[in-house]
Amino acid sequence: MAKNDELIGLSLAEARDKLKAKEITSAELTDAYIAEMEAGRDLNAYVLETAEQAREMAKASDAKLAKGEGGAIEGVPLGIKDLFCTKDVRSTACSHILDGYTPAYESTVTSQLWRDGAVMLGKLNNDEFAMGSSNETSFYGPVTNPWRRNGDDTKLVPGGSSGGSSAAVAAKLCLGATATDTGGSIRQPAAFTGTVGIKPTYGRCSRWGIVAFASSLDQAGPITRDVRDAAIMLKSMAGHDPQDTTSVDRPVPDYEAALGQGVKGLTVGIPKEYRVDGMPEEIDALWSQGIEWLKAAGANIKEVSLPHTKYALPAYYIVAPAEASSNLARYDGVRYGLRVDGKDITEMYENTRAEGFGDEVRRRVLIGTYVLSAGYYDAYYLKAQKVRSLIAHDFRQAFSEVDVLLTPTAPSAAFGIGEKSDDPLSMYLNDVFTVTVNLAGLPGISVPAGLSKEGLPLGLQLIGRGFDEETLFRTAHKLEEAAQFTAAPEAWWRS
Amino acid sequence: MEIGKRVAREEDWIQGATGDWEIVLGLEVHAQVTSKAKLFSGASTEFGAEQNTHVSLVDAALPGMLPVINRVCVEQAVKTGLGLKAKINLRSVFDRKNYFYPDLPQGYQISQFKHPIVGEGEIEIDLPEERTEKIGIERLHLEQDAGKSVHDMHPSMSHVDLNRSGVALMEIVSRPDMRSAEEAQAYVRKLRTILRYLGTCDGNMEQGSLRADVNVSVRKPGGELGTRCEIKNVNSIRFIGQAIEHEARRQIEILEEGGKIDQETRLFDPKTGETRSMRSKEEAHDYRYFPDPDLLPLELQQEDVDRIAASLPELPDEKKERLMADYGLSAYDATVLVSDGARADFFEEVAKGRDPKLAVNWVNGDLFAALNREGHSLEASPVSAKQLGELLDLISDNTISGRIAKDVFDSMYKTGRNAIEIVEKEGLRQVTDTGAIEAAIDEVIAANPDKVEQVKTKPKLAGWFVGQVMKATSGKANPQLVNEILAKKIDIPSED
Amino acid sequence: MSVDQNTVRHIARLARIAVRDDELEHLASELNSILDWVEQLGELDTSDVEPMTSAVETTMKMREDDVTVGNMQDEVTRNAPASEDGFFVVPKVVE
Repeated sequence: MAKNDELIGLSLAEARDKLKAKEITSAELTDAYIAEMEAGRDLNAYVLETAEQAREMAKASDAKLAKGEGGAIEGVPLGIKDLFCTKDVRSTACSHILDGYTPAYESTVTSQLWRDGAVMLGKLNNDEFAMGSSNETSFYGPVTNPWRRNGDDTKLVPGGSSGGSSAAVAAKLCLGATATDTGGSIRQPAAFTGTVGIKPTYGRCSRWGIVAFASSLDQAGPITRDVRDAAIMLKSMAGHDPQDTTSVDRPVPDYEAALGQGVKGLTVGIPKEYRVDGMPEEIDALWSQGIEWLKAAGANIKEVSLPHTKYALPAYYIVAPAEASSNLARYDGVRYGLRVDGKDITEMYENTRAEGFGDEVRRRVLIGTYVLSAGYYDAYYLKAQKVRSLIAHDFRQAFSEVDVLLTPTAPSAAFGIGEKSDDPLSMYLNDVFTVTVNLAGLPGISVPAGLSKEGLPLGLQLIGRGFDEETLFRTAHKLEEAAQFTAAPEAWWRS
Repeated sequence: MEIGKRVAREEDWIQGATGDWEIVLGLEVHAQVTSKAKLFSGASTEFGAEQNTHVSLVDAALPGMLPVINRVCVEQAVKTGLGLKAKINLRSVFDRKNYFYPDLPQGYQISQFKHPIVGEGEIEIDLPEERTEKIGIERLHLEQDAGKSVHDMHPSMSHVDLNRSGVALMEIVSRPDMRSAEEAQAYVRKLRTILRYLGTCDGNMEQGSLRADVNVSVRKPGGELGTRCEIKNVNSIRFIGQAIEHEARRQIEILEEGGKIDQETRLFDPKTGETRSMRSKEEAHDYRYFPDPDLLPLELQQEDVDRIAASLPELPDEKKERLMADYGLSAYDATVLVSDGARADFFEEVAKGRDPKLAVNWVNGDLFAALNREGHSLEASPVSAKQLGELLDLISDNTISGRIAKDVFDSMYKTGRNAIEIVEKEGLRQVTDTGAIEAAIDEVIAANPDKVEQVKTKPKLAGWFVGQVMKATSGKANPQLVNEILAKKIDIPSED
Repeated sequence: MSVDQNTVRHIARLARIAVRDDELEHLASELNSILDWVEQLGELDTSDVEPMTSAVETTMKMREDDVTVGNMQDEVTRNAPASEDGFFVVPKVVE
């Protein structure tokens, strides 16, 4: 057991180095994680374990490593969000309607990870079709956050929609995880679990093979234990894909190389509109602390204005459901997944989709259908796309004065399972600081920066210019150094 | 001209119980783009493959699949737009048209709604008696075809084949500028000819590469536009005519009985020759169009458009004018030739260095009579342009007579052999030896003294003598020489 | 713009999701609360604003006209709830 604890104690970067140096093997590392994965089943982070496949991949990696070959992350065991299609491995986006769906293809992002030598441990839980901020909408049930409040064993949510990813990384059930972010689904769960999550610029990672939620907002990214690990993983995940017209043909920089560069001379913007009413004092304080840390590291601090911030969330809740209502039309019981019979084709559709979609998905599909329907398009969808232009313009203005923006990631720490699930609006407000970034297509990263009074992790978010993930990484790295976030949840799930 | 302003000619009016009516017609033609691969995927567009074998993961709308546009399909649309003398929009946008149907795997069709790739253009249609009309084109846009549902394999189930799913279509929308079934048919014919000249659509209506939605309304001549019905997916020019005639009469009947026309989608049934309401498409006509977020706006450079424009072939109207100018052809002959680019090319090859009038008569006359009789296409003609030209040369240099040439042609068509070979082998060479002709004439005269007497008063009998001589020479005597020598031998009074 | 139960029934029909009558009231109120909340966008004057058409500033790349895939009937149909002889099978469609 001691050996296992040592192995899983390594960060992705450390494990990578030790694998290359042949100090450890992928087989023993993978076995250690399989044991953790199995011991952590109470968290419900994995919806499918692929231990056998993991062992085979690890063996192949070891063979390469032994010859001094292998990719950038050869032998590194990862968890994969169920939204990613994985060849011959069930991929359901955690929806009943994709029951048993086994793709004959591999998403571009995961295929790049395998190309670079990563090992797949299994598929990670997420909100159904990535619609949710707490991982409570998954057909496979909620994920439990490894973190608990001080002296309280109330089960908390790990954030969402990438709740399986954040929980698995926080509980060390994998070295890193893929995730996706449409309105905050990487960054908010990262903040809730004391992990690092980056949503890169729209177009940085291919969307091919990732079950679509809202096409103009969806973007893949990693959740990891620290900033360096995120830089390493993103390097493998990113890049142009001719199969995705919206992916951008630009070289992928060596993000890890940006880490040591410091923030001297950088101007960090503080958007005043993010100081919202009712924000807990401790989050405000953490934000001020973040400003101090960066100032101390040599950055210039400047207050900026993003005047349309308050309209981002309502615009998001028009655009995302509208696109989703159309993207989810293909789940009709004809070519794959669930079919519930009816007396005719229409009834078959209606029964299949009624039974196959959970409440939140149904709600969003209905909202999306409504806002696109005849007579309402201009008032809702077109209006929201115009507001999106205004929000993007706000950012362009700000980035003419500053290099990076610092904000809180989420308006609260993790909350209890069931606490908000009856109130869609209060759930949506979780994304208040993160959706702006998706609407404008910009990169954002969440870094764990401190603990709440109750002992729960809190995150700070950095927002960068389009395709300037390097500035995000170097700033995040400084923040990480300053925060010295070493707290970890007690491994209660192992007992 | 303003939309719908033109009034039909009186002969195109339809007489109803309460007076005259005119038909107003607009067409939406769906033309399959000629390309190897589909509009947004690398699957083949080839017709007639085994079910679901020309289907990519994108076409089957599997989760996570994304469309990537085919450059050639875009270029073909631009080319077509240029051929229709239409405005090319350098920026166009793909939208999703959302509806549920088992042969529509994505649950939406990718189409262009607000910003089509091609804007306004025009087609001149050719009608009998050398009448032409200009028909406005409102727009042309690119969209995906749907798959196919087969309903007759099982009593309670339909079978879905997605081979056509995602094949590129151009939807070409006309203005409501047509006023009779004949005009609508001429429009489709002309459009098809243009598409074939351009090589952007094969125009094959039987295989569904070209099909029309026909918008029909009726009104009092020159009156307010009436409510229209859309007849979906009519797939032959004959059916277009039948569908329009039936639908116009149906509407007139309703209006004359004091009823009103419901704007609806209808289906033409070739078995009954009638149209009927398509209820399934009627409910919930709310397509929730919005720009496809998987695709970016389609941006073209003017240089690309110019390059395509420079590569355009000669189009039917230009070719017709040139044929009339260069070969002195009648408008009728030229129109018939250009209706099919291959026919015009064939003619030009035959006419090269020869008498164009002779050439057009043979191409439009004997050759096409034979092709039609045998059900052959021009491409499958057993007589090539070169061979037909050689036959014409034999007429021109008096090797054979025009009369014999017809027999030679029939033999060429049957055997594929060259004219000269047939002439030599069958000994059909024209007799121009005056001695031989004289001998033949002498024989006829000697055998028919009574006729020689009669011809002196009945000059028409001269023809009988010619006929006898031709018979005696198996038709090979040069008719002109026969006439000349005959005139010398017998006394034929002039006819007046 | 307030959504009544008939509207919910209509959009559920458009979206092909069966909704029981006893769910309509609850759904209507849920949708209304969300729609009321997004209504605040009306405060902004956007008459001179172009809508955002793409989150990424790049021109659309095109594929060449090459046939690159095909003959994968099995991959295409293998997850189908009902298939026969390479066809997808659905309840009879009446036109």
